[in-house]
Amino acid sequence: MEKKIYMTAGYNTISLGTGRKEFNPSKPRPGLEHYIKEAGSNVLAKIGGAETVDEIVIGNFMAGRFNGQAHLGAFAPFIDEGLAGKPSTRVEGACASGGLALLTGIKSVLSGSSEVVMALGVEVQNSVKAIYGADILAAAGWAADRKNGHAFFFPGQFSDRAGVYFERYGREKTRKAFARWYRNAIENARLCPTAQEYQNMAADLEALAMAEPTPKAFVEHLNYLDCSKVSDGASAIIIASRDGLRRIGVSLEDAVEITGFGHAVADITKKPTDPTELSTGKLAAEKALAMAEIGINQVGTVETHDCFTIAGILGVEALGLAKKGEGPDYVLAGETSRTGEMPFNTTGGLIGWGHPTGATGVHMAVTLWEQLTEKAGNAQISLRQARPYGLSLNMGGDDKTQVSIVYKRGE
Amino acid sequence: MDYESKLERVAVLGAAGKMGSGILLLTAIEMADLSLLPENRGRTFAIQAIDMSFEGLAGLMNYLRAQVLRAAEKKMVWLRSVYADRADLVENGQILQQYVFDVLNIVRPTIRLEAAYDCHIIFEAIKEDPALKKEIYKKIDAANPHKPWYFTNTSSIPISELDTDANLGGRIIGFHFYNPPAVQKLVELISSGKTAPELESFALEYAAKLGKLVVRSNDKAGFIGNGHFMRDALYGISEAERLAANMPLHEAIYLVNKVTQDYLVRPMGIFQLIDYVGVDVVSYIMQVMNPHFPGEHLHSSRLDNYLKLGVRGGQNSDGSQKDGILKYEKGKPVAVYDDSSKQYILIDGFRESADKQLGPLPGSYQPWKQVVNSRTKEVIFAALFAEIKLMETLGAKLAINYAKRSKEIGLQLVSDGIARTDEDVNTVLLTGFFHALGPITNHV
Repeated sequence: MEKKIYMTAGYNTISLGTGRKEFNPSKPRPGLEHYIKEAGSNVLAKIGGAETVDEIVIGNFMAGRFNGQAHLGAFAPFIDEGLAGKPSTRVEGACASGGLALLTGIKSVLSGSSEVVMALGVEVQNSVKAIYGADILAAAGWAADRKNGHAFFFPGQFSDRAGVYFERYGREKTRKAFARWYRNAIENARLCPTAQEYQNMAADLEALAMAEPTPKAFVEHLNYLDCSKVSDGASAIIIASRDGLRRIGVSLEDAVEITGFGHAVADITKKPTDPTELSTGKLAAEKALAMAEIGINQVGTVETHDCFTIAGILGVEALGLAKKGEGPDYVLAGETSRTGEMPFNTTGGLIGWGHPTGATGVHMAVTLWEQLTEKAGNAQISLRQARPYGLSLNMGGDDKTQVSIVYKRGE
Repeated sequence: MDYESKLERVAVLGAAGKMGSGILLLTAIEMADLSLLPENRGRTFAIQAIDMSFEGLAGLMNYLRAQVLRAAEKKMVWLRSVYADRADLVENGQILQQYVFDVLNIVRPTIRLEAAYDCHIIFEAIKEDPALKKEIYKKIDAANPHKPWYFTNTSSIPISELDTDANLGGRIIGFHFYNPPAVQKLVELISSGKTAPELESFALEYAAKLGKLVVRSNDKAGFIGNGHFMRDALYGISEAERLAANMPLHEAIYLVNKVTQDYLVRPMGIFQLIDYVGVDVVSYIMQVMNPHFPGEHLHSSRLDNYLKLGVRGGQNSDGSQKDGILKYEKGKPVAVYDDSSKQYILIDGFRESADKQLGPLPGSYQPWKQVVNSRTKEVIFAALFAEIKLMETLGAKLAINYAKRSKEIGLQLVSDGIARTDEDVNTVLLTGFFHALGPITNHV
């Protein structure tokens, strides 16, 4: 990149939903505004206030239906009056909305039109029961496919992928890898106080996760533990140029440098050509690594979009860490655990930390910023010197939009 | 006539009542589900919701709308396939609304008994009054040309008596749902001996379709559930009266209620259960049962006295508990009725001294909520009873005696030929009364 771009001052609200003790579906809960304000104002507090910010980008998928609320850009001054009068835009790309908010901020700084951008992702989904949420989330696919789609539309899509994967590469080892993926997610979430599964103390997680799917009530090839939950939450982070960092008084070691990014889409009206592959994800990650001029073997930790365990396994393969059909072996060998070759989703990922859809891409950035600047608390991993990079892969829909970003500790 | 044809025309008597509304809900859903099958398109299913109260029927429709939606949300996968040919129904939400409409659309609320005259099946869930039930059966049977089958929800009246006195010729079966029917898995099934075999096999199929657990009881008044509960309640009352020789009765009631809930790990104490069912209902059931057990004297003048004083219990239409022998706040007992002063006496005023008399709870005690679904329930109860047996406290003694009496009642139900097996007795108490431990146990 012609210009150095940094991220810093990240903040995550809790991911609220079933599993958190404070979640009670029959009682009123914080709304969209609360999450926007909490995430935004905590970021502003770390950078000397609203005055230092040039621009705001808000990533959100479906507040229009979950909360009856569009026009989220205009919530910026609700975070802090000091943001009134500044440019603020809402961007959307299904569950990659957060990733797109980051890219929009990055491009704005690259273009020179802003030096300091706050990217914020938010989603509040517990406003409806999951069965109705499934309708809302289905809009991440082609509307024409809804009628013949599954009651639980997206679990249905990824269950279909899992079914083909089972057939091609073996059901038993893949289901075991799903269970291991789940266990890693929960064990990592237990180390992160904002995670939805932080308080999950269940014993023998892998045995629980081996429960057979129940197609009459849910989908054919996945059980409930193979799926991320319904979540409310927000994440925010600052994207800044070198000058921008100086303006907000953040030193380089408290920031991560963005060394590459990749963004790719596929035709939303088409079925995946190979259901056992995240080809768009692969493309986006390749672009990001190419721009960063590094190989995956220089990456020390990954945040991947494990909305379902199968998506986690396919993410491993899309990044080239395992050959096609061997993702389960890589996972079962322990390589994706926090002490493995490539620690994945170190605060729990979508399954463990939570998946407030529009916030997820930003949450990935916050987690990688924390890990690379050693601010991850109990969830901190130790990165090897030869692998100083972090990589995120944030997916929208069924591999239709993919955003990948490469991060490196500031220097 | 096949299963579907029988279910094309159904009536529920007492449809706005607590039991009737639940029976109506489950049956209307079953009928609607049949009507949605491709092979049944073109058939018109109708269920007559008969009740004497306009207000009750209005409330019933609200209840149905909410409950059908809840039930539908749980079978969304199936519903999408059922409405697959409806291009206008795309989202789950649209399909659910259509389904709710389709279920409600087969319900015909009415205050006229005549609506039952065209039906093949009559579910009866009216007051537990043998004379009233017989009179209504006779009336319907005289005017209904279809020789209908009667499903009575009686929890106490022998089916053979209803059959003979209403001259139904074996067209009646006891199909006793537990409260609330939409939630409780248990159904006590009682054939009279003359009950038509086709009716019995239909009843089994219908119970299976509703996902109910069937326990067969022989046709003796009270069957298994009330056979146990009424005797258990009488023992609880007599224990309280015995203790009242040395303490005020309201304190004794509090103690017995506490022992039955905590030491025996039940969802509620015996006096709360009497209130839950209703003092009037309990008293009435005893009245029905008593003549059938000449040696036993199944009667409580204390309950008669409560009724005279207007202490009735039972539930409000929203399911909350009405005050009875105990007074409730947010569903929890806070005071005990004192029949001499005709006032409720706050438990907080005497709890400490009363609890002291009982002695400390066993160290291995765990509340019902933690135990009821525990996989290590047997181990928990083994430890609990081993401990209670070694304790010298009043609480422990009351608990052991109570558990022994409860077991004795269970065994009597089997030896009297009312229940077929020990296991059937335990199943009824575990599933119908949500006990954590069946009465017939080796721990006692």
